[in-house]
Amino acid sequence: MSGGSYYVPESSKWPALGSLAVGTMMVGLGALLVHGRGALVMTLGLVAVLSVMYLWFRDVVHESRRGLYDAQMDRSFRWGMGWFIFSEVMFFAAFFGSLFYVRTFAVPWLDGEGAKGVAALLWPDFTASWPLLNPPSADISGPHEAVSPWQLPLVNTLFLVSSSITLTISHEALKEGYRLTARNWLIGTLVLGISFLVVQGFEYYEAYAHYGLTLQAGIYGSTFFLLTGFHGLHVTIGAITLAVMLGRIIKGHFTRDDHFAFEAAAWYWHFVDVVWIGLFLFVYVF
Amino acid sequence: MASNLPPKPTLEHSTTTSGGLAHEHHERPRGMLRWLLTTNHKEIGTLYLIFSLTMFFIGGIFALVVRAELFQPGLQLVQPEFFNQMTTMHGLIMVFGAVMPAFVGLANWMVPLQVGAPDMALPRLNNFSFWLLPVAFTLLLSTLLMPGGGPNFGWTFYAPLSTTYAPPSTTFFILSLHMAGISSILGAINIIATILNLRAPGMRLMDMPLFVWTWLITAFLLIAVMPILAGVITMMLMDINFGTSFFNAAGGGDPVLFQHLFWFFGHPEVYIMILPAFGIVSAIIPTFARKPLFGYASMVYATASIAILSFLVWAHHMFVVGLPLVAELFFMFTTMLIAVPTGVKVFNWIATLFQGSITFETAMLFALAFVVLFSIGGFSGLMLAIAPADFQYHDTYFVVAHFHYVLVPGAIFAIMAGVYYWLPKWTGHYPDERLGRWHFWMSVIGVNLTFFPMHFSGLAGMPRRIPDYALQFADFNMVSSVGALMFGVSQLLFVWGVIKCVRGGEKAPAKAWEGAEDLEWSVPSPAPLHTFDTPPDFKPVTH
Repeated sequence: MSGGSYYVPESSKWPALGSLAVGTMMVGLGALLVHGRGALVMTLGLVAVLSVMYLWFRDVVHESRRGLYDAQMDRSFRWGMGWFIFSEVMFFAAFFGSLFYVRTFAVPWLDGEGAKGVAALLWPDFTASWPLLNPPSADISGPHEAVSPWQLPLVNTLFLVSSSITLTISHEALKEGYRLTARNWLIGTLVLGISFLVVQGFEYYEAYAHYGLTLQAGIYGSTFFLLTGFHGLHVTIGAITLAVMLGRIIKGHFTRDDHFAFEAAAWYWHFVDVVWIGLFLFVYVF
Repeated sequence: MASNLPPKPTLEHSTTTSGGLAHEHHERPRGMLRWLLTTNHKEIGTLYLIFSLTMFFIGGIFALVVRAELFQPGLQLVQPEFFNQMTTMHGLIMVFGAVMPAFVGLANWMVPLQVGAPDMALPRLNNFSFWLLPVAFTLLLSTLLMPGGGPNFGWTFYAPLSTTYAPPSTTFFILSLHMAGISSILGAINIIATILNLRAPGMRLMDMPLFVWTWLITAFLLIAVMPILAGVITMMLMDINFGTSFFNAAGGGDPVLFQHLFWFFGHPEVYIMILPAFGIVSAIIPTFARKPLFGYASMVYATASIAILSFLVWAHHMFVVGLPLVAELFFMFTTMLIAVPTGVKVFNWIATLFQGSITFETAMLFALAFVVLFSIGGFSGLMLAIAPADFQYHDTYFVVAHFHYVLVPGAIFAIMAGVYYWLPKWTGHYPDERLGRWHFWMSVIGVNLTFFPMHFSGLAGMPRRIPDYALQFADFNMVSSVGALMFGVSQLLFVWGVIKCVRGGEKAPAKAWEGAEDLEWSVPSPAPLHTFDTPPDFKPVTH
C-alpha cells in the first residue's frame, strides 16, 4: 500500500552499461568456447559487470543512507530478494530433477528395465548401477571410484550448517545493537564459508587426480560436477556478499532496525546451505 | 456497422482528474541518452513495445521466407539448411523477442497506472531488464552470419540435434538465450513487487483489474520456469563444450531428459504468452459491452488454475517419444482438465457480452476475434491432448495450425487489441478507426487463410519443418502462403495507424472510452511522464 514518499530514481547509467557489460562477457565467453580465443574480451566483460554492480550498489547504499527509502521501499526489496531466491531454487530444481530422472529412469532403462525395454538393445552388456562407474559406451571411461560422503563432504556439511548458525548469531547481535559481536560472528561465518570452498576445491582435485571422476566420465561425473559446481559458485557469491556486509558493518552502516542488505545476504546464505543439504543427501549419501 | 459508433466522451474531463501534475523534476538527459538512462515505466514500456514490433517484423520476414519456399512443392528459393535456420529463428524471435516483450511492455505501461503506483517498484532494474534484450537478440541474429549458420534445430532445440549435430554457433545461441532469460526473470520480479507492494491504498487483491491479476500469475510462472530453461541450456552448453553426458546415452544420460526439462519450461511458457492476453481481453470486452466483467472472481480462480495445471502437463508434447503408458494417460487427462478453466473464461466473456450495449471499435473487434479464434486453437489443442490421436497428428502441420491459432489470433491479436485500446492513453489521440478496421479485417482474413488449411494438410500427414512436400499438399500450401503474405503486408497498416495516432488525430479525454472504469482512465490523456506521485483515492467497484 502506497504511502506517498516512494523514491523513484531519476535516471541511471548503470542498467544500460550493465547490459553492455553482460553482452561483452557473453560474446567473449562464446568466442573462447567456440574459437578458442576471446579470453581477454570475456575478462574485460566480467570486470565491467563487477564494476557496474559495485557502482550500482554504491548508489543504492548512498540513497539508503540519505534516508530516501521508506518502509514501502523496504518491502519492495524484500519481495524482490525473496522472488530472486525462488528463481534460484527453481534453477537448482532443474538440476536435481535431472539427477532423479537419470537415476530413476534413464540408467535403469539402458539396462532393459521399464515397459519398453528397447534402450537395452543399444549396449546389451551394460549393467545399471549408481554411482555409475561403467558408462554404457566403451568410448567413455568411467570413474574408478565414487566420492565417499563420510569424509570431505561430511566435513563440508558441518562447515556450512554451522556457518548458518554463526550467521544467525551475528544477525541477532546486530538486531540487539552489539555491533562488535555481530562483526566477529560474521567473520567466523566467512571463515567457515571459505573453508568449505577450500575443501571443495581439494575434493575436485582428488576427483580428477585419483578417482578418474571428471566431467567426461559419464553421467555420474556430469551430474556430480553440475550440482556441486553450481553450488560452489553460489557459495562464492554468497561469501562475497557477506564480505561486503562485513565491510559495511565495520564502516558503521546498518542500524538495529534497518539492515535489509544484511538480511538479504543472510537469506541467500541460508538458501545456499539448504541446497547443500539436498546435495549431501542425494549426490553423496543416497 | 462501423459508422454507428457512439460519440466519444467529451474532452472536458481530461484536466480535472487526479494524479496528473506533470511537474518536471531535474534536468533530464536528452536525445538517445534519455532512452538509454531512463527509469520511467512509461518510457521503458514504449521501448519494450518498439523492440517487440521490430522483432515481430524480423520474425515475420523469416516466416515469409518459409512460406515463399513452401508456395510450391520442390526446392525453389532457399537451400534446406537455410530453410531450417529460418523456421528456427522465426520461432525463437517470435516467442522470446516479439510476444513476451510486447506483454512486458504493456505491463510496464499499464500495471503502475492500473494499481495507482508512481512507477515500477524497482525502476533501475526495470531498465536493465529491457536493455539486456537488444544485446541478446543482436547476438542471436548474428549467429545467422557465423560459419555453419545459425540455429537450425527448431525453436525447441531438441538434443542431440542441438548438441551433437548442431552448428558451432549454438554456443552463442545459448548465451543469448541466457541473457533473454535473465531479462525475463528480473522483469517478472519487478512486476510482482509492483503489484504486491505498490497498489493504491484500499485496493485489495480482488479489486485489481484482470490485466494486473493475469500478469501477477504470469510473473510467477516466469520466475518459476525461466530458471529451468537456464538450467537446460547450461547442460547443453556443457554437453557441447565440456564433454558431459547429460543428453548422451553413451555416457548414461538421455536425450529424452532434454525434452522433459525443455517442456517443463515450455508448457508454462505457453501460458506466459496467453494469460496476459486473457487480461487484456477481460479489460476490453466489458468496456465496449458497457457492462462489468461477468464472473470476476471465477476469472481470477480460472487463471490461477490454468497456471497450476501448466506445471502438470508438459509431457503431452512428448507422447510419441516412448513414455510409459501410465505417463501418457496422466498427461492426457491433466491436459484435458485445462479445458475446464479455459472454458470458464470463454463463457464469462460471452456472458459479459450478453445484453450488453456493444460497439465495435477496433480494439473490440480484435478482442472478439480473439475469443472466437483462440477457441479454435483451444479445441485443436484438446484434439492433440488425446494421446492415441496425437500419434497421428504429432509433428504434422496440424500442430503448426494449433499453436499458431493460439499465438497469432490469440496472443498477437490480444496485444494489438491492447494497443488500440490504450493508444488514446499513451498518445492523447484516438487511433484512426477506418485504418484500424482495414487492419483488422485484412489480418483476420490473412490469418485464417494462412493457418486454417494447415489443419487439413496436417491431418493428411504433411510433416512440419520440411522445405519440400508431396504433391497432394500443394493447394493447401499455396493458400497458406498467399494468406501469410496478406497477413504480413497488412501489419504495415498497423504501423501506419500507430504512427498516425502518435502524430495526431482526434483528441482523447482522460476517460477515452465510455465504458472504461479502471484507474488508468483517471489520469489525463496522454498520460504525463509521472503519474500517481501521491497515491490516488481508490474506490472499489463491485464486480
